[in-house]
Amino acid sequence: MATLFDLSVPGRRAGAQLPPAAPPPDDLPGELLRRDPPALPEVSELEVVRHYTRLSQRNHGVDTGFYPLGSCTMKYNPRGANALAMLPEFLERHPLAPEGHGQGLLACLHDLQEILAAVTGMAAVSLTPAAGAQGEFAGVRMIRAYHEARGDHQRDEMLIPDSAHGTNPASAVMGGCRAREIPTGPDGDLDLEALDAALGPRTAGIMLTNPSTLGLFERNIQAIARRVHAAGGLLYYDGANLNAILGRVRPGDMGFDVVHLNLHKTFATPHGGGGPGAGPVGVSARLEPFLPIPRVGHDGHDYHWIESADRPQSIGRLSAFAGNLGVALRAYVYARMLGDPGLARVSGHAVLNAAYLMQRLRALGYEAAYPDRRPGHEFIITLKREAHAWGVRALDVAKRLLDFGIHAPTTYFPLQVPECLLIEPTETESKAELDRFVEAMARIREEAEHDPERLRGAPWTTPLRRLDDVRAAREPDLAWRPE
Amino acid sequence: MPFIPHTAAERAAMLEALGLREMDELFAEIPPDLIDESAAGLGEGLSEAAVGRLMRERARADGHPLNFIGAGAYAHHIPAAVWELASRGEFYTAYTPYQAEVSQGTLQLVWEYQSMMTALMAMEVSNASLYDGASALAEAVLMAVRVQRRLKRRRVLVPRGLHPAYRETLATLTAPQGVELRELPFDPRGGHLAPESLAPWSGEEITALVIPQPNFFGVLEEVHALTDWAHAQGALVVAVVNPLAMALLEPPGRWGARGADIAVGEGQPLGIPLSSGGPYLGFMCCRQVHVRQMPGRLVGRTRDAEGRPGFTLTLQAREQHIRRAKATSNICSNQGLMVTAAAIHMALLGAEGLRRTALACHARLRDLSRRLCALPGIEPLFDRPVFHEQALRLRVPVAGVLRSLAAHNILGGYALGRTYAELDAGLLVCATEVHEERDLETFETKLARIVAARGEVKCPIKPNW
Repeated sequence: MATLFDLSVPGRRAGAQLPPAAPPPDDLPGELLRRDPPALPEVSELEVVRHYTRLSQRNHGVDTGFYPLGSCTMKYNPRGANALAMLPEFLERHPLAPEGHGQGLLACLHDLQEILAAVTGMAAVSLTPAAGAQGEFAGVRMIRAYHEARGDHQRDEMLIPDSAHGTNPASAVMGGCRAREIPTGPDGDLDLEALDAALGPRTAGIMLTNPSTLGLFERNIQAIARRVHAAGGLLYYDGANLNAILGRVRPGDMGFDVVHLNLHKTFATPHGGGGPGAGPVGVSARLEPFLPIPRVGHDGHDYHWIESADRPQSIGRLSAFAGNLGVALRAYVYARMLGDPGLARVSGHAVLNAAYLMQRLRALGYEAAYPDRRPGHEFIITLKREAHAWGVRALDVAKRLLDFGIHAPTTYFPLQVPECLLIEPTETESKAELDRFVEAMARIREEAEHDPERLRGAPWTTPLRRLDDVRAAREPDLAWRPE
Repeated sequence: MPFIPHTAAERAAMLEALGLREMDELFAEIPPDLIDESAAGLGEGLSEAAVGRLMRERARADGHPLNFIGAGAYAHHIPAAVWELASRGEFYTAYTPYQAEVSQGTLQLVWEYQSMMTALMAMEVSNASLYDGASALAEAVLMAVRVQRRLKRRRVLVPRGLHPAYRETLATLTAPQGVELRELPFDPRGGHLAPESLAPWSGEEITALVIPQPNFFGVLEEVHALTDWAHAQGALVVAVVNPLAMALLEPPGRWGARGADIAVGEGQPLGIPLSSGGPYLGFMCCRQVHVRQMPGRLVGRTRDAEGRPGFTLTLQAREQHIRRAKATSNICSNQGLMVTAAAIHMALLGAEGLRRTALACHARLRDLSRRLCALPGIEPLFDRPVFHEQALRLRVPVAGVLRSLAAHNILGGYALGRTYAELDAGLLVCATEVHEERDLETFETKLARIVAARGEVKCPIKPNW
């Protein structure tokens, strides 16, 4: 599709959006003034509206079709939450407005802090991390700060399972730790012998997702917590998969000291084509002084910001203001709509949908990576047999699904399962939608055996066919340039 | 059950297909002593109507004050089309565009955004966004350290005239990498970073110099001289700029003889509501030669299997999902929907609209400044040219003045004493194109009365804090 730059005509404007013309200011030094205008497109308002409407139609979203993207929890994003987060008073409030002009907002944020503390079994929560990765960074920094405050300066090793999301080791390193990988055993649980061998006086902590990225509940979590704590380390809970246990199991009860949540997964806020997310962090009482600022406090009468002067041991500020508060408001509205009874229903139906899909796909001949385990809210199938027999890869199956109006599952992650698809249906999909997915997978399996080119050339019906990633990387074309 | 479509019959059929009778059996692998379904204190679920009423009541409590605070977040007109389009489900509910064939909408939009940002900054490359201006600065400093990895010291010079919250964020995010942040004083008369004040650093090993334009006080820096000085020392230049101002002021790519090396800033003025501070949009631009050290996502133009032009995420070997512990950053989710809004906003305003907006902001500020400085006991704090914001010196205590103004539903600016002990008498005021003549008049009239009564004017409305 033509770019907006291709539509540009010199002198064309969206007139309703322009302030009146004015002469250049006489009080600014000439050498600081821009000499020539930036080469932005010159287009009318209708051209802009039509261009971006058409572009939107070249996207797959939860609103347009099934999105079983493992580890991403692509559930329905309630429109009501969006509308209420965008009330004009919330949108127009300045971040540095006095607390007296923000008691309504602060009440919502304070309530949300309490809700998240309750569902994770933590003592206190800070909403400020802007995404899961920033929550991880905050968690790593708090663990380091806790050890430092006790004079335990040598604890700089973060243990991370080989199945972990890539942000875990990246965050550990950004937070000043060394990432040390712990293997997963053949049954999908963490290798306890390897864990014991790794624990020692340099252990800062361990970062775990539970259920893991394999979609399996770590059955030895209590033993792991005992051993890590006995070695002087702390436990970090990556909340990417909280949707599988919401309202049933609390990370705090499993022995975790720090958690982060992804509001854009578990609490139904949108992914927005890549963000904004929100990655609030919760901690047990002994880590409360280290939480990132600002947070919201309540003195029994009014709400107020807790700043660095109030918490001198805080790991500090993570962004200029208080983080992605608009996302927090959406999560708050969602949580209030769920209510207490809704929490366990979310995890119940998320797991029911995953277990049902796994069963149906196995009946078609697909191989589950962990057939003897009960899946959590997601599960893995491995296509190594199909790759060997018919020469079709996980990528080909993923691309072919696009032709059925279904978004591809996550591919080639976790790294230790060959030719894998990580499938997460979420609780907001109906049985009919799941059955439609099963039908598509049945047909794809037949094609894999009898007409593998159908898969290797897929997708066929999307606006474009497969993109040349090698060319994109070899000859980077990252911005429009005048001819 | 909100948002769960299952009927009792469907649930029963699915359980039966699994050979189960109860939902709880799905969780059989979890040690029973960990299961705890006690309430989280949420009570019963609310309908959309009921939660709507609650939220509207709370929103109303926050009111609609007349605002003259800037300090890193600015009220501007946002065309209605911006959020109507950005809120379309196809943009709002899509994931990161890893499946390029069904994500061409987001991918092309981000590529167009990258194109517009590079044009605005006069730089070669833009990424697809970071969280906000402050965290983008921290990422830029870490990037500068990687580019300059041959240096023994990781020393970065940071002006005290840079936004205080940016300096705090920078410290939080770079301390773990052993980055040494050294503060440069601002000139007490001009409020700027005087190039001659850098003399003590000449000949020292420096990784990067941070240059804000304008700085926190609204004061314009001597960007050309500062940039040339840094380059002569072998330091990189990290520009921190207001993107709207770059429609009027010389952009980072044109600073000095060679231009800045990395440009970052807060994209909020480009179509993003104030929203109490977030979600906003951190932007980052750099030179082509440094692109492999850049953090965050990048969209590139390529061809599909039939030779048609299309877009895809590229140079991903920098990122955490490929490089894990060796990635350029841990960033994964960015601010995609804010990029959507910013691209549409820039497309609607165009270069001319952005320039006129910047001019209107400047004109309003001059008008406001003229009015306020005509009042007794109020004068400019610094004597250098400003954009968009002006620091004033008040003879009466600033905190009391702001409290009295707030009681009249006016947010009269940012008390500089909050973060600069040496500027206790300083008040930073901001005006943009959204302020009309009568708004300035209201501010002036109320402030005149308050100042006349030495900040102790009797309030008809009792402050509620």
